[in-house]
Amino acid sequence: MRISYSSTLVALLALTLSACGGGEKNVVSGNATGYLHYGNGAEPQGIDPHLVTGVPESHIVRALFEGLAVKNPITLEPEPGVAERWEISPDGTVYTFFINPQAKWSNGEPVTASDYVWSWERALHPETGSLYAYMLFPVVNAEKFASGAIDDFAEVGIKSLDAQTLRISLNAPTPYFLQLMDHYSTFAVHPETVLKFGGMSDRFTLWTRPENIVSNGAFTLKEWSLNRQIKVEKNPHYWDKSSVALEGVYFYPTENVVSEERMFRSEQLHVTQGIPLGKIPNYRAVQNSPYVQAPYLGTYYYLINTKKPPVDDVRVRKALSYAIDRDTLTRTVLRDTAIPAYSITPPDTLGYNPPKLFSFDPEQARALLAEAGYPDGQGWPGLEITYNTNEDHRKIAVAVQQMWKDELGIDVSITNQEWKVYLNTVSQGEFQVARRGWIGDYVDANNFLDLFLANGGNNNTGYANAEFDDIILNQAPKAASREERYQLFFQAETMMMQEMPIIPFYTYTSKRLIHPSVNGIYPNLMDSLNLKYVRLDPNQRLDLTTE
Amino acid sequence: MLKFILLRMAQAIPVVLAVITVTFFLVRAAPGGPFDSEKAVLPEVKKALEAQYKLDVPLTDQYLGYLADLADGDLGPSFKYPGRSVNEILASGLPVTAELGVYALCFALFIGVLAGILAALRPNTKQDYVPMTLAMIGICMPSFLLGPILILVFGIYLEWLPISGWGDLPGDKILPSITLGSAYAAYIARLSRAGMLEILSQDYIRTARAKGASDSRVVFKHALRGGLIPVIAFLGPAFAGLLAGSFVVETIFQIPGLGRFYVQAAFNRDYTMILGTTVFLSVLIVIFNLISDVLAAWMDPRLRTQFSKAK
Repeated sequence: MRISYSSTLVALLALTLSACGGGEKNVVSGNATGYLHYGNGAEPQGIDPHLVTGVPESHIVRALFEGLAVKNPITLEPEPGVAERWEISPDGTVYTFFINPQAKWSNGEPVTASDYVWSWERALHPETGSLYAYMLFPVVNAEKFASGAIDDFAEVGIKSLDAQTLRISLNAPTPYFLQLMDHYSTFAVHPETVLKFGGMSDRFTLWTRPENIVSNGAFTLKEWSLNRQIKVEKNPHYWDKSSVALEGVYFYPTENVVSEERMFRSEQLHVTQGIPLGKIPNYRAVQNSPYVQAPYLGTYYYLINTKKPPVDDVRVRKALSYAIDRDTLTRTVLRDTAIPAYSITPPDTLGYNPPKLFSFDPEQARALLAEAGYPDGQGWPGLEITYNTNEDHRKIAVAVQQMWKDELGIDVSITNQEWKVYLNTVSQGEFQVARRGWIGDYVDANNFLDLFLANGGNNNTGYANAEFDDIILNQAPKAASREERYQLFFQAETMMMQEMPIIPFYTYTSKRLIHPSVNGIYPNLMDSLNLKYVRLDPNQRLDLTTE
Repeated sequence: MLKFILLRMAQAIPVVLAVITVTFFLVRAAPGGPFDSEKAVLPEVKKALEAQYKLDVPLTDQYLGYLADLADGDLGPSFKYPGRSVNEILASGLPVTAELGVYALCFALFIGVLAGILAALRPNTKQDYVPMTLAMIGICMPSFLLGPILILVFGIYLEWLPISGWGDLPGDKILPSITLGSAYAAYIARLSRAGMLEILSQDYIRTARAKGASDSRVVFKHALRGGLIPVIAFLGPAFAGLLAGSFVVETIFQIPGLGRFYVQAAFNRDYTMILGTTVFLSVLIVIFNLISDVLAAWMDPRLRTQFSKAK
């Protein structure tokens, strides 16, 4: 009797398990039907281009919508999108976009210049609360309208000349303006659809639901199952539909990189959003490795509060920065997944290279610290590094703590704070040294340097230099050529780094796993994904045997 | 009995109200707000957002407003997900989490009760030690360890079962249910062993055995009902615990349930979402505790007589 209990149990379990089988793999079925299975990192907040911020959101928004100009996925230079061509006035302040007559909304209606005027009013309207409203601030009076200083949108520098012609006037020449047209915060939405479900600036409306949404990109929204999956399908009204190879894409909210990697290994995903650091060596060892790593337009650094002792002394700041061995840090702690950085702007930002004013120099670091009154760390009052709770940030902080102890003989403490608490601490200036990362919104040094304007909302360091501000705000925009502009940036960045309001550590890389059957995902500085170019080759199989 | 139920329900109201009040003021006291982000937010934008979500009115007004909406069953809009209401998000996650909880509980009951009975029948023999040692391991083993082990064995090496999703592929519900249920199975095994041991030493069992009843007859006909009372009493809190504690399993297996929203809401300072999930789960816990108390009373004649006397 007893035995039969347990044996029945075992038999039952075995039966259920074997009856299930592994199920068909998403990658195999996707390759056969033309559907990409994409690990998207997190459940998107939403897909309203003017309300969302964040990378997972951007992937979906950019599949559903298209900007006036798009970035070439390899060179990142602007290419025609909704606008088939554009003209720039000789002084660089007036852009005229000619909208492609074939550009259609997913309901078949043409995309018009007035759709853009309406959409930009929505994007800039203070009540909409778009966190990216500042992307349009180069436009005449846009900032005034967004801050409520003027109420009449007619005063803002965007006009529809006719159904297909859009004229935009800028405050000053803005060489990166075309790039902004590929940022989702400047995309057009379909006015009638938005208004059908609520007011222009309402956040709580149903217009983005699959049954309601009208969009103008290469794909349309078919299904949005909360925290499960989002399905998009090829848009039959898209002007360039013949270039779109995929039938559709499934986006999965793969928040946990460990689970995501397992899904990839069992061929449930074509592409992952990340990879656990510990798995990288295994994947690198694979022949025809699915691991793809590329420089990413972002810098990891420590903010220094230049108002608080002992780091109010530039010599101390320099000593701290010189004492860090970035090569060792990136090689060991980060397993060769990052590039050592010595300034804020990432290298080769559309041809611009930042100054490198120092290198790992413990001798000089000690000398500077002694000069500041702490020879061999004597009399050191202590210092605290604040970072947001995260295992990788902790590892780096511990390594930095050790390097400062070894090279300078000083003790520092490290404190982690939960994300929102940390944000609060930094914005209130209640820190000495705090971790920070900055990812560029567009490929231009301006996007990194304007962080350090005296009244910049993201400055947080207390660094203020009128000459620096003048170069960034006045001289660089008026530069006659790209070379001259880059020279000015170089001069400003040198000026800033001589004061060392930050300790740069490394330039980010994008790290992901891509199934061999996927073609057309090009690694680029923006990690910019254009699903239009993606093609699936069913003959390529995943082989994870090591060499 | 009815009086007992009504009394317990009346006691529950101040409990839930206290949960709401404490949660409401605690989340607002936490540093950082729902619209703080790494990129500086323009003051005008922040003001507009706070106005849209009525964060610009005094805290007590916000509190009273929340209670009034709650009385209508409206948990408010989510701060993090524009265009989604907390009701909608709960409604999308609850069926999944509840289904997972039911499967996990069934698994836990089946394995746990079976192991408990086997152990109690031959105490202090191999038949007792083996399942109870396994049960101890089960209680100690966290789901973030068991889940990946099961995935590696059954999903990746044997390729028998899918390792993620819920209802997308055949069999994808098995591993998460086992992972979530195993700790409870272990707990139930220990409870039912203790309960059965107590009952098996009672006089009426000895009488049954003396009459020549077989092992199985003694167990199923006479002992089980009394022996499982501790298990029944545990079921209510267990099921509520399964619903509230499925976060880890949902994350490991990519399951679109409530748990992930519940935990992330706190990190996002999504005030309405935090409150909504907390209120919802506290009501569930109260209800399940009540049900298991009533069930236990129904199953245990001794408790029943107490109620009749109380009348």
